[in-house]
Amino acid sequence: MDLFEYQARDLFAKHGVPVLAGEVIDTPEAAREATERLGGKSVVKAQVKVGGRGKAGGVKLAADPDEAVARATDILGMDIKGHTVHKVMIAELSPEIEAEYYVSYLLDRTNRTFLAMASVQGGMDIEEVAEKTPEALAKVPVNAVDGVDIAKAREIVAQAKFPADVAEGVAEALVTLWDTFVAEDALLVEVNPLVKTKDGRILALDGKVSLDENADFRQPGHEALEDKAAANPLEAAAKAKNLNYVKLDGEVGIIGNGAGLVMSTLDVVAYAGEKHGDVKPANFLDIGGGASAEVMANGLEIILGDPDVRSVFVNVFGGITACDEVANGIVQALELLKTKGEDVTKPLVVRLDGNNAELGRKILSDANHPLVQRVDTMDGAADKAAELAAAAK
Amino acid sequence: MAIFLTKDSKVIVQGMTGATGMKHTKLMLADGTNIVGGVNPRKAGTSVDFDGTEVPVFGSVKEAMEKTGADVSVLFVPPAFAKAAVVEAIDAEIPLAVVITEGIAVHDSAAFWAYAGAKGNKTRIIGPNCPGLITPGQSNAGIIPGDITKPGRIGLVSKSGTLTYQMMYELRDIGFSSAVGIGGDPVIGTTHIDALAAFEADPETDLIVMIGEIGGDAEERAADYIAKNVTKPVVGYVAGFTAPEGKTMGHAGAIVSGSSGTAAAKKEALEAAGVKVGKTPTETAKLAREILAG
Repeated sequence: MDLFEYQARDLFAKHGVPVLAGEVIDTPEAAREATERLGGKSVVKAQVKVGGRGKAGGVKLAADPDEAVARATDILGMDIKGHTVHKVMIAELSPEIEAEYYVSYLLDRTNRTFLAMASVQGGMDIEEVAEKTPEALAKVPVNAVDGVDIAKAREIVAQAKFPADVAEGVAEALVTLWDTFVAEDALLVEVNPLVKTKDGRILALDGKVSLDENADFRQPGHEALEDKAAANPLEAAAKAKNLNYVKLDGEVGIIGNGAGLVMSTLDVVAYAGEKHGDVKPANFLDIGGGASAEVMANGLEIILGDPDVRSVFVNVFGGITACDEVANGIVQALELLKTKGEDVTKPLVVRLDGNNAELGRKILSDANHPLVQRVDTMDGAADKAAELAAAAK
Repeated sequence: MAIFLTKDSKVIVQGMTGATGMKHTKLMLADGTNIVGGVNPRKAGTSVDFDGTEVPVFGSVKEAMEKTGADVSVLFVPPAFAKAAVVEAIDAEIPLAVVITEGIAVHDSAAFWAYAGAKGNKTRIIGPNCPGLITPGQSNAGIIPGDITKPGRIGLVSKSGTLTYQMMYELRDIGFSSAVGIGGDPVIGTTHIDALAAFEADPETDLIVMIGEIGGDAEERAADYIAKNVTKPVVGYVAGFTAPEGKTMGHAGAIVSGSSGTAAAKKEALEAAGVKVGKTPTETAKLAREILAG
């Protein structure tokens, strides 16, 4: 989960990373009081999870509280690269800046370790720095057991060739940033820019944090950081039912068991769609290994509630849960939806394979649901589902 | 011969007495796995009856190894306690730890991986978030359904559980030497490359099927390894061509970030290494079949 800048700022502050004061607001009028609290001047910063907001006019100085209200009025509701601004941060004005740096910690999947990255070329797109002047970006592996103490932080600072007068201050900031990374179960903490001010302070002026949702069980505070307003309503409904769902922009609704099989199902449907009016998968939905009637019903309910869906492809491989149980699950799910008054009106193509496939297929045939069609191979079923979606378009 | 797991493997189960552990211990026993014990400090000294087979419960991995000679541990420990359980297995120096648990925090898996390295990598870790591995007809360590295929000469390594099953089933008439599910998390122990190396060295494997998915660069590195080190034919499949950028597709590690981790890049790298890559699982099985038929 990626956080907004103001949320990153709050987490930084909590763990001792030096930041400026700032608070988030969502109405222009609130900018007045917030600016007054900061002594009458502020920076109004659009809160969007996308880079380049400064160039887009999403960051403005306000010399007094009235101007803060005016700038907040301009920025709230602005569209920045497809992201609507719903919140702005009213931040303390930075003291005059002498230099801008870059520091981050992230997961290095390739080497199965963490990585510290640091550069004296901050304030710009770090991918550009990595590409144009790779020698200016130090990458230092950090062992997950050892972590970053002041000695390790000094090593990072030395490798990135920070000037002597800021070395110790940056090293101290790096230790607190590591504390943030570990304590919050982050996948990424990035400060860009980390600045040296004329009065000699080291400050994190902007930051990015991405959190590991697998750690939610020990991070009770993280749920409140979710941007529920921005979530797709179907994704939110699926999440509330503990379903692993991602909304896509096609027409064939997909239900399957197992993440890999569902990803593969999306691909196979997209290939089949090339022959049928270019229809595409409408979603990713993994109902997991069990595939009970209730879970199947929950899944179908989400998919059928998507107005983009023209046909549904249920692709299940019976492993530990045999196909007869899955078939019963599908039949019962359709009954369950009917009793809830949500009768199925879109065609369903079901492919069952694996353990007890014959038995499962017989159960579906015997149930003889008018909208359910059985196709016994994955490629064949994908083709049929795509054809039905194209016909209903 | 198979890889990592044979009929002689003595298997213990950490988390055996939980609901998932009980269910799958029963299934593993039914597949002929030699399960010699479970581990649960609160139930040490007791035993569990699985349809007439008494499996003793030990207080620790170390104790279980001393008393039974166990050399494989399968872990069904919930995410909150998984790191401690893997660290215990590493401390006991058990040769193989198969971590089935889904939903382990990355800071925990990175920590136990670093810990295993610091201890000299005496324990091979498979997973986490994986279905385990099976040597059909000999032993099953994990949750792979044992009855969808038979022993044979194909080696399979996969990030995905259900695609492993799908492929084992499609090629059930030919059969498998071993099938290894390495898991879909961002940090995993055993990699595609480790399994490729083991299959290359295994005289009972004639062909290798490798299944990948979006996220990271494990497939690209495996392709490089294949080009340099693998003489046996390799057939590949990659899932996730239609996955949008920045969305996690079920597996914690299955995410396209910017332009990296895409299925297209992985397929291209594998093909450049001489791997035949199928467009669908069924086509992949067909490619394997054609190569084996000569």
